[in-house]
Amino acid sequence: MGILSFLVLIPTLTIIAILFTNDKKQARLVSAIGTGVQLILAGVLVWMYLTERSAGNTAQMLFTQDIMWYPTFNIHYAVGVDGISVAMIALTAVVLFAGIFASWEVEFLNREFFISLILLSSGVFGFFISLDLFTMFLFYELAVIPMYLLIGIWGTGPKEYSAMKLTLMLMGGSAFLLVGILGIYMNSAAAGQPLTFNLIEIAKISIPIEAQRFFFPLTFIGFGVLGALFPLHTWSPDGHASAPTAVSMLHAGVLMKLGGYGCFRVAMYLMPEAAHEMAWIFIILTTISVVYGAYGAIVQKDLKYINAYSSVSHCGLVIFALLMMNKTAMDGAILQMISHGLMTALFFALIGMIYGRTHTRNIYEMGGLMKVIPFLSVVYVIAGLASLGLPGLSGFVAEMTVFVGAFQHADTFHRVATIIVTTSIVVTAVYILRVVGILLLGPIKNEEFNHFKDAKWFEKLSTITLLLMIAAIGLAPLWLSNMIQHSLIPIIQKLAVTTGI
Amino acid sequence: MSGFQYVVLIPIIPFLMFLLIGLVGHKMKPALAGLIGTTGLFISTVLSYITAYQYFFVSGKVNGVYEKIIAFNTVWLQLTDKLHIDLGVLIDPISVMMLVVITTVSLMVHIYSNGYMKGERGFQRFFAFLGLFSFSMLGLVLATNIFQMYIFWELVGVSSFLLISFYYDKPSAVAAGKKAFIVTRFADLGFLVGILLLSYYTNTFDFVSLTTPGCPAIVQAAGITFMGISVVTLALVLIFMGGAGKSAMFPLHIWLPDAMEGPTPVSALIHAATMVVAGVYLVARLFPIFALTAPSALTIVAYVGGFTSLFAAVIACTQNDIKRVLAYSTMSQIGYMMLALGVSGYGGEDGLGFMASNFHLFTHAMFKALLFLGAGSIIHAVHSNLMTEMGGLRKYLPITHITFLIACLTIAGVPFLSGFFSKDEILTAAYHHDKILFFVEYAVAGLTAFYMFRLYFNVFWGEDRHYHHTPHESPLIMTLPLMFLAFASIFAGYLPFSELVTSDGAGFESHLEMPIAAASVGIGLLGIFVAWVMYKKPSGAPVKMATTFKHLYKWSYNKFYMDEVYLFVTKKIIFNNISKPVAWFDRHVVDATMNGFAWAANYASFNIRDLQSGQLQKYAFVFISGVVVLVLSFVYFFMN
Repeated sequence: MGILSFLVLIPTLTIIAILFTNDKKQARLVSAIGTGVQLILAGVLVWMYLTERSAGNTAQMLFTQDIMWYPTFNIHYAVGVDGISVAMIALTAVVLFAGIFASWEVEFLNREFFISLILLSSGVFGFFISLDLFTMFLFYELAVIPMYLLIGIWGTGPKEYSAMKLTLMLMGGSAFLLVGILGIYMNSAAAGQPLTFNLIEIAKISIPIEAQRFFFPLTFIGFGVLGALFPLHTWSPDGHASAPTAVSMLHAGVLMKLGGYGCFRVAMYLMPEAAHEMAWIFIILTTISVVYGAYGAIVQKDLKYINAYSSVSHCGLVIFALLMMNKTAMDGAILQMISHGLMTALFFALIGMIYGRTHTRNIYEMGGLMKVIPFLSVVYVIAGLASLGLPGLSGFVAEMTVFVGAFQHADTFHRVATIIVTTSIVVTAVYILRVVGILLLGPIKNEEFNHFKDAKWFEKLSTITLLLMIAAIGLAPLWLSNMIQHSLIPIIQKLAVTTGI
Repeated sequence: MSGFQYVVLIPIIPFLMFLLIGLVGHKMKPALAGLIGTTGLFISTVLSYITAYQYFFVSGKVNGVYEKIIAFNTVWLQLTDKLHIDLGVLIDPISVMMLVVITTVSLMVHIYSNGYMKGERGFQRFFAFLGLFSFSMLGLVLATNIFQMYIFWELVGVSSFLLISFYYDKPSAVAAGKKAFIVTRFADLGFLVGILLLSYYTNTFDFVSLTTPGCPAIVQAAGITFMGISVVTLALVLIFMGGAGKSAMFPLHIWLPDAMEGPTPVSALIHAATMVVAGVYLVARLFPIFALTAPSALTIVAYVGGFTSLFAAVIACTQNDIKRVLAYSTMSQIGYMMLALGVSGYGGEDGLGFMASNFHLFTHAMFKALLFLGAGSIIHAVHSNLMTEMGGLRKYLPITHITFLIACLTIAGVPFLSGFFSKDEILTAAYHHDKILFFVEYAVAGLTAFYMFRLYFNVFWGEDRHYHHTPHESPLIMTLPLMFLAFASIFAGYLPFSELVTSDGAGFESHLEMPIAAASVGIGLLGIFVAWVMYKKPSGAPVKMATTFKHLYKWSYNKFYMDEVYLFVTKKIIFNNISKPVAWFDRHVVDATMNGFAWAANYASFNIRDLQSGQLQKYAFVFISGVVVLVLSFVYFFMN
C-alpha cells in the first residue's frame, strides 16, 4: 500500500477510533493524535517527494497506484502526486491540525463534531491525491457535504440559512462540474482505447474544440464556485460567519483551494484551447473579484465578514493568476493558495478565540484588545501584515510572483487587468489596518475586557503552528517555489503546445 | 574574494536583537533590554566604520574609481527564467555612506532612548522595533537589486508604522501610523508597477547591470515607447513615486507631520535622518539611468523637490508644535536633496549635484537628528510640544541649548559649519543648471534660517512660562548623543565628499563659488536677523505680520489644507462612494439574485406539490387528461 492511501486511511481510522471514545477529553485527544500523525505523514511525504526528485525521478506523478474499481465505466482508484498536490496536502494537514486545537473546547456533541471535521478532511486529502476524475469528484462531494452538518448544527447566528445557502450553491457548482466531468469522459478515448477518467491519460489526447467550448465553462465555473469566483461568491460571507471556528478555518483555508486546484488541474489542463479562448471572460471576473472583495471588506463590521470578503479578494487573485497561463503566474497562484490557506485559517482561528472571550464579532464593540490579550493581538497583527503582503511572510512571496508573472503579458488587456489587480495591495492595507486600529489598538472599550485571560496552551499551539508555516514560506520560499514550478512544466507545455503561446 | 563579507553582519545583528528582545524581552528587565539593543547596534556601528575605512581608504578604489562590490548574493526566489529576486550586499560609495549615517544616528538614538523612554510601558518593545527598523533600513541600502530594495522598503514602512503607533492606546497615534502606512503604500504601488515595467523590458532587477552606463538592456528598453513616452522614463517616474512617498514629497507628504505622534527618538531616527531619505537614496541608486536615459524624469525629480522645499518651508514658518516645525523643515531639506539630484549630470564635475545631494543627506542626518533629539530633551523637560508653552529655557537646559543652537546655525548655513558646505554645493549646482530652481532654493535658504531661529528664540529666549515644575537638564545618557551629534554637525562639512561620493565613482575637485556662497550666507543671516527682531523679545511684530499676510498666514497655518484633501479622498470617496456601494451591491444585488433563485425554486416546488395530493380521483383525472393530450398530439403530428 502506497504512502498516499495512508492519507485517506488515517483519517478513517481516526474516525473509527473516535466512535469508541467515551467523553470529550478522549475524543479530542484521539483527534489530536490522529491529525498529528497525519501532519507527520504529510511532512514525510514532502521529504520523500523531495528525495525522489533529487534522485532524478522525472515522472510527472510520483507514488502512483492504480486499482480498477468499477470496470463498466472504467473507473479506477488512481492516485499519484506531483509537487503541487504535495504542497496542498501539507497545507491541509497543517490547517487540520491547527483546527483541531482551535476547537479544543467544543462542548456540544463533541465527538460528532470531530468526526464530521475529520471526515471532511479525508475528502480533501482524497481529492488532492486522485488522478481519476470520478474518484476525485467523489472525494470532492465527501468534503462538501459534512459542511452542511457542521454549520447547521454547530454554527452561530442564522446557521440553518447559511448552511443551506452554502451547500446549495456549492451543490449547484457540483452539478455543473458533474456535467463537465462526464463531458470530458465522453471525449476521453484515444484512438482504439476505451473511455477513461484518468487525468494523465486524458491529457495525452486532445479533446475536440467544440466539446471543450461546451464543457470547459461548466467545469471551470463548477470549481470556480468553490473558489469564490465573482459573482458566485456570496455563500462565502454568510457561510463563514455562521460556521464554527475550525470549520471556517478548514473551509476557507483548504476547501476553497479545491476550487482553484480543480480549475487548473482539470479544466485548464484537459481543455487548454477553450481555456485560452475564454480566459478573457474569467480574467475580467477575477479582476473584479480582487478589487471588489477588497473594497467590500473596508466597510464590514463583523470580523468574519471582513475575512470572508478578504478571501474573495485573495482567492480571486488565485484564479486570476491561473488564467495568465505562464509558469510564473501559475506558480504564484499556487503559492497564493497555500499562503491564503494558512493566513485565513489563522485569521479565523484568532477570530474564534477573540469571539470566545468577547462574545461579539462586531469590531465597534471591541477595542484596545492589545492590552488585555497581547499574545492573540500580536498574532493577529502578524496575520494582518501577512495578508497585506509584508515581505518575510508568505503573502508577499505569492503576490509578487503573481504580479511578475501576470506582467509578462505585454498586451493592453492583460496589462490593464494586472495593474488594476496590483492596486489591491493598497486597499488591503486599508482594511487590515482599519481592523487592527479599531479592534486591537486604542483605549480599552469595555471594562469587562480587563478580566480576559490571554491564549491558553492549545490556542498558542494552534496559532503558532500556522504562524511558523507563514514565516517559513515568507523567509525561504525558494524550495517551495521550485517544487511547484517543476511540477507545472507538463501543464505549461500542454497549454503552450495547444495554444501556441 | 572581496574581503567585505562581514558587512552582511551589519544588518543581521540588529535583526537578531529584534528577535531576541521581541521574543523574550518582556521577561527581561527594561534596562537589560536597552543595554542589549544598544550593544548590538554599537557592534554594527563599529563594523560600518571599519567598512567605510576599508572601502574608501584601503581597497575600494581601482584605477582611481570606486568600484561596486558585491560582497554577498544569493537567489531568494526564482520568478521567471531570467528574473530572480536575490538577497545580497552591494558596496559602493553611497551604500557605505548610508551605512555610516544609519548606524551612527541609530546608535545615538539607541543610547538616547535609554534615558528618554525610561519608565515607559513597552520599553522593551521599543528597542525591539528599533532593531527591526535598523535591520530593514540597512538591508535597504545594501540591496543588490531593486526587488530586494522593495522588500526592505516595505519592511521599513512597517517598522515606521509600528513605531509611530507606539503609544497604541492613543487614538491619534494609531491614526497617524495608519495614515503613514497607507499613504506610503499608495506610493509604493507606483514603485512596484515601475519595477515590474522596468524588469519586463530589461529582464533584470540587478542594480549593477542596470546602472552601468550604456547598459544594453536599458538602451534597448529606452527605444520602446508607450504613448510617446519611453518606457524607461515611465518606469522611473513610477519608481520615483515610491521614493516621493517615503521621502514625503508633495503631494505624498501628508503623513510626515502626523508621524510626529511617535516617540521623539523615533522621529529623529526614522522621520529625519534615515527612512525619509530613502527616496533620495533610491534616485541616487538609479541615478545613471535617470541621467543618461531619462533626463525628463530627472527634471520631474528636480521640480518636485524644489516645490516641496518651498512649500514646506512656508508652512514651517507658522507652526506652533516644535516637532511639526522640524517635520516640515525635514521635508524642505529633503526637497533640497531631490532637487540637487535633479539638476545633476553624470560624471565628473557635471555630477556636482549628485555629490552635493549625498553630502547634504549626510550633514542633514547629523544636524536634523540633533534637532529632534534636542527637541526631545526640551519636551522631556516641559512635557509639551507647543512652542507657546515654552520660553526662556536656556537657563534650565544649558547643554540642550548650546547643541540646539549649533544645529540651528548649521541648518541656517552659517559659514564653516557643515550645512554651509553642503547647501552651498547644492545652490551652485542649481545655479548652473536652472535659474528658477536656484532662486527658489535661495529663498528657501532664507526661510529656513528664519523659521529655525523663530523656533530657537521662542523656546530658549523670551519669557519664562508657568512650568509645572522647574525644567531640568536631561541626564547624561541623553545629552551625550547631543554632544556627539553637535560635534558631527560642526565638522562633517570637512569630509572630502567630492573625492569619495560621486556619480561615476571618480573623484573631482570641488570649490566654493564665492558669489553664491556670499549670497547664501547673506540671506541666511538676514533670516536669522528677522527672527531675532521678531521673536527675541515678545513684541507685536509676529501678530502684525500675520495680519498683513492674512491669507498666506491662514493657508500656511492650515498646511494649505492638504489634510482636508486627504480626508476627502479617503472618507468621502473611498469609504462612502466606493466601499459602501460595493458592500451594498454585494448584499442587495448579487446575493439577492442568488436568494432569488432559491426563492423561485422554493415557490415553484410549493405550487407543484399540489399535484401530489394523494387523491386517487385527481391522479386519474390528470392521467386521463394526459392521455387525451398525447393522443391528440400524435394524431395531429402523424396523421398529416
